[in-house]
Amino acid sequence: MADEENHFLKIEDVSTAFKIQGKYYPAVSDVSLDIHNDEIVAIVGESGCGKSTLATTIMGLHDPAETKIGGKIEFEDQDLLTLNEDQMNKIRGAKIGMIFQDPLSALNPLKRIGDQIQEGLDYHTKMTEAEKKARVLELVNQVGIPHPERVIRQFPHELSGGMRQRVVIAIAIACKPDLMIADEPTTALDVTIQAQILDLLKDIQKENHAGIILITHDLGVVAETADEVAVMYAGQVVEKGSAKQIFDNPLHPYTRSLLRSMPQKDSENDDLYVIEGSVPSLQKMPQDGCKFAPRIPWVPASEHEAHPTMHEVEPGHRVRCTCYKNFKFQDEA
Amino acid sequence: MWKTVLRRVLIMIPEIIILSILVFLLAKAMPGDPFTGSIGPHTSAAQIHHLKEAAGLYNPWYEQYWNWVVHLFHGNLGTSFQYQEPVTRIIGNRAINTLWLAVFAMVLTYAIGIPMGLYAGRNQNKIGDTIIRVYTFVTMSIPFFVILVLGLWIFGYVLGWFPTTGSVSATANSGMATTLSRLQHIVLPGLLAALFGTVNIVQYLRSEVIDAKGSDYVRTARSKGVPTGDVFRHHILRNSLLPIAAFAGYSITGLLGGSLYTEMVFSYPGMGLLFLNSISYRDYTVITALVLLYGILNLFGTLLSDIILSAVDPRVRIQ
Amino acid sequence: MSLIEVKDLEVHYPIRSGFWNRVTDEVLAVDGISLNIEAGETYGLVGESGSGKSTTGKSIVGLEKPTKGQIIYKGKDITKPSNRRELDYNQDVQMIFQDSLSSLNPRKRIEDIIAEPIRNFEHLDKNQEKLRVLQLLDIVGLDADALYKYPHQFSGGQRQRIGVARAVATNPKLIVADEPVSALDLSVQAQVLNFMKRIQRDFGISYLFISHDLGVVRHMCDNIAIMHRGRLVEIGTRDDIYNHPMHIYTKRLLSAIPETSVEGRAEARAHREAVEQEFQENQSRYYDKDGKVLPLVDVSATHKVALPEDEIEEEDK
Repeated sequence: MADEENHFLKIEDVSTAFKIQGKYYPAVSDVSLDIHNDEIVAIVGESGCGKSTLATTIMGLHDPAETKIGGKIEFEDQDLLTLNEDQMNKIRGAKIGMIFQDPLSALNPLKRIGDQIQEGLDYHTKMTEAEKKARVLELVNQVGIPHPERVIRQFPHELSGGMRQRVVIAIAIACKPDLMIADEPTTALDVTIQAQILDLLKDIQKENHAGIILITHDLGVVAETADEVAVMYAGQVVEKGSAKQIFDNPLHPYTRSLLRSMPQKDSENDDLYVIEGSVPSLQKMPQDGCKFAPRIPWVPASEHEAHPTMHEVEPGHRVRCTCYKNFKFQDEA
Repeated sequence: MWKTVLRRVLIMIPEIIILSILVFLLAKAMPGDPFTGSIGPHTSAAQIHHLKEAAGLYNPWYEQYWNWVVHLFHGNLGTSFQYQEPVTRIIGNRAINTLWLAVFAMVLTYAIGIPMGLYAGRNQNKIGDTIIRVYTFVTMSIPFFVILVLGLWIFGYVLGWFPTTGSVSATANSGMATTLSRLQHIVLPGLLAALFGTVNIVQYLRSEVIDAKGSDYVRTARSKGVPTGDVFRHHILRNSLLPIAAFAGYSITGLLGGSLYTEMVFSYPGMGLLFLNSISYRDYTVITALVLLYGILNLFGTLLSDIILSAVDPRVRIQ
Repeated sequence: MSLIEVKDLEVHYPIRSGFWNRVTDEVLAVDGISLNIEAGETYGLVGESGSGKSTTGKSIVGLEKPTKGQIIYKGKDITKPSNRRELDYNQDVQMIFQDSLSSLNPRKRIEDIIAEPIRNFEHLDKNQEKLRVLQLLDIVGLDADALYKYPHQFSGGQRQRIGVARAVATNPKLIVADEPVSALDLSVQAQVLNFMKRIQRDFGISYLFISHDLGVVRHMCDNIAIMHRGRLVEIGTRDDIYNHPMHIYTKRLLSAIPETSVEGRAEARAHREAVEQEFQENQSRYYDKDGKVLPLVDVSATHKVALPEDEIEEEDK
């Protein structure tokens, strides 16, 4: 399908560095990812791994005076990184929608729900006022908010957390974007609400034939929703593949460590696995070599690559660095 | 919303009663009584006693308070020792003068301060912002009276552009001439007061705008594809003006309260100067009246602020 | 005998409304719950936001005044302040909070933060006190150079461990841990949970582990109570709750936990939706006409469920 080829996002060697006291430190380095429509790509990692920075880089939300961005982000035959603010505004909200983590602070406290949902329509469509009103009601309905007529006249603080997150989703899908970026969309919510929101996202994705980039730290959420998974550590993708490949055959020591540190069904009598050391801060990040090496000090240096690259292990399944090949946990003989 | 306002107004009633009792007791505790000025060295103790008894000064305090309140409602606040004139008339004249100056200064303060603060916040760390910050910093670090005296000296004496004392020229007699003369008298003190008053607004507004720019809801608006200018107009502007609008309510205290420094340096016969003079002449009836007036003004100021806030911030409406 | 017995605990908050701001209604944050915590065990209290689980925890520590009910410790009701003082209750029961940054005083050094409870309850000289603090830091795996640092100089996981050290400082019998790891990353969470377990083994401390994360609760807790709308819907051992859940709300919660297996995804969603539908349809049977959770009924020696009568008969058959 030629149409499908058009609607996809190709991230190539993207790096984002922040200026701290006059020097640039990379929060994201050399990330390459493809996102097709009808596909949910999860980006997993712990806080500080650069997953949110990658999202805001795609959206072009960084202040150019404080950041240095390299690489290419191809979307519908253009490189997003070369577009100016006006050109980006035609894409943001219209073709790429974003869902943020904290639904309370993501909504303007002084504006009515309906107006906030309608705002995207104001800029990207030529609908009449009445058509927009109707579309807003349709959206509120679609995301499963009861009493749409009343809710659109309410203010954010009058809704519950779950309802606010639905409003944030309605804002993101208002113009039926081809791509949605959801940054920890369920972290602030209860488990039962989380399940509902994730199911809702999947349904919307099917209806709109959109692609979703799902950014999360929750491996359970990833296993339940993602088609493709990219695991990030210290600003780099260290492993990527289909969800099945990542969960059934995790290879990179970081992916394996993360999965191992999760509480399991019969883990109650054992200590949980703890990764040695801690995630380095932006300024103390190792500049070259395998960035995970300090966390697995028992692995000899010869196992690592000097300049780690991605290796295709099976079709679609790639791992960074060679240290995965003979990797064993310390307690494994 | 009207319910909130009405409840707020009802709460004010006991506040005003308590305030008036306090002011009354304060007046009682001060040395002297209404006859202090009129009693000569030859008045006998018996006569004084008689006068005081006739005036009800030996009655229990609550009866005296009640009398005082009744007089208050008739606009009778007593007679000034210093001017030998009804206090109401003195305050009335001064209040008009102060109102002229304060309204002028306040309008100027907001008219200069708000655009400056918004501009500085929007163009943070650019050259315009740096200039504004230097201006606020310098103005902040000079004491207000120094600014006034310098302004008076440069524009009043050296350049001679503006009158240096009083509120209206004695030679102006027609309506038009009086108004013009009045304006002429308030331009310099008003301008200098505004110059100083803007500093707070500029600094506050600047940091509000910078906070709003980094807020999550502005990020949401940008991710909807709203152009930068519209993000500023629709999201940042109202949200950052909110605290300023709420604070504006308190400014009415200043409208009638007058400014001690400005009125003193410019010998401008307003409320501030009146208060200062009454203190130095121990004109207790005037002091009492002014303290009561300031107290009530303050209460109304907070009321106004609350009303403004509940009108512009939906989160306050629900309680 | 249990370490602590909570009997018919109720915490109500007044709702003020109307023109005169009078108390017109009450929020039944905790609406009659009873539970026993045994010495040396970890008791899980699970519920969603607004279920009343944190309020229950705070009442047990004494930070919240119960409207009704008793909390029995060493045979005395500690909801009365005089009993609390007499038993040194505030020394025996400590709390760990979710947000480690805001619960540690930013202007105090770690030494003073950890020594504070010791100073309140014990009288040690400077050197003894320092030794004790170092010992506590060692228990939670922090170096001596932490002594002179401030809270913001630590990572979230380290701060949470400092919170644990502070709670352990008075040699408590019970620690109420309110969502102690929900703000932490996975690998850091593992570390904090390990330390909590180790301390329990070494010092015989009991935990009341309050959490919404059923995966973590399964790993940590021996006995578990599920809370909904201020009441308990089900109490049981780990096995009772996870393998034989009986209340519809417990089933709904369990079905919402994401599994880390990719194959079962479609079935998991189908199951979740089936349970959700059952919950919507049969809800009225499990709650009375005011939406209140039914009284608990004994199903086995360890397992209590708030079941409707017809369901109990079915069980008996």
